[in-house]
Amino acid sequence: MVDQSAVGRAFTPVTARVEPGRLRFFLDTLGETNPVYRDGSAAPVPPTYLFCLEMMDATVPFEFLTALGIDLARVLHGEQRFDYHAPVVIGDTLTFHPRVASVTDKKGGAMTLIVVDTPVTNQNGVHVADVSRTIVVRNARPS
Amino acid sequence: MSSSVPSVGDIIVHKEFPPITRHRLALYCGASGDHNPIHVDIDFAKAAGFPDVFAHGMLVMGYLGQALTDAVAPSRIRSFSTRFAAITQLGAKLTCEGTVTELIEQGGERRAKLALTTKDQNGEIKLAGEAIIAL
Repeated sequence: MVDQSAVGRAFTPVTARVEPGRLRFFLDTLGETNPVYRDGSAAPVPPTYLFCLEMMDATVPFEFLTALGIDLARVLHGEQRFDYHAPVVIGDTLTFHPRVASVTDKKGGAMTLIVVDTPVTNQNGVHVADVSRTIVVRNARPS
Repeated sequence: MSSSVPSVGDIIVHKEFPPITRHRLALYCGASGDHNPIHVDIDFAKAAGFPDVFAHGMLVMGYLGQALTDAVAPSRIRSFSTRFAAITQLGAKLTCEGTVTELIEQGGERRAKLALTTKDQNGEIKLAGEAIIAL
């Protein structure tokens, strides 16, 4: 089970480019027809897309799970938060810096909540966003 | 968002989405980079104790984000957060709504706080969240 020793643990930074073709695939998948997202080179990204960019370009998929010894099949997404500080547009190259912010046991150890905070910077070093995910681990019942 | 300032209690976000299909989950798996098999591989889902595959929470949040940016330009969104209250099953027909709960001064600008929900066709809350937008 993940314990307090995981707090502060940082994972491999992920660098991802906002590519128009991949973004179009995402927009089409969601049935997104808002013209603001198809407005050429200065088009913004949809509000949840930062989460996807980090996953798409991670060299080690689900690194925070494997590094903490968590089985993917026991994980649910509990909460998700985005704070936006500066625009992200097509062509940007972003770097994600994930680290464990907190670990909390719930329901007498039946579940563990893990918060991973991820500041995001762009190619100019501008801090464009903070992404925070809360993962719920369904722990095995003690025998 | 237009130049008109919303009032507390105004429902400014409302959008309905087509039922969630297996095909949509497969597309989202590829388009989002979230390759967790629990959303597309029924054998994996069953072995993990679920009756079937189920929607990615982030697909549902993506729909909520779409409903939000139909009403508010992406550049005006300062924060966007949700709690995933319940698993979204195949076939779910989702409705996203956002209500103004507070008008505030923050970061040197006028902002509104929105309470956001995503419900299925039975009225069950799947996502409960909040956004802060610049006016």
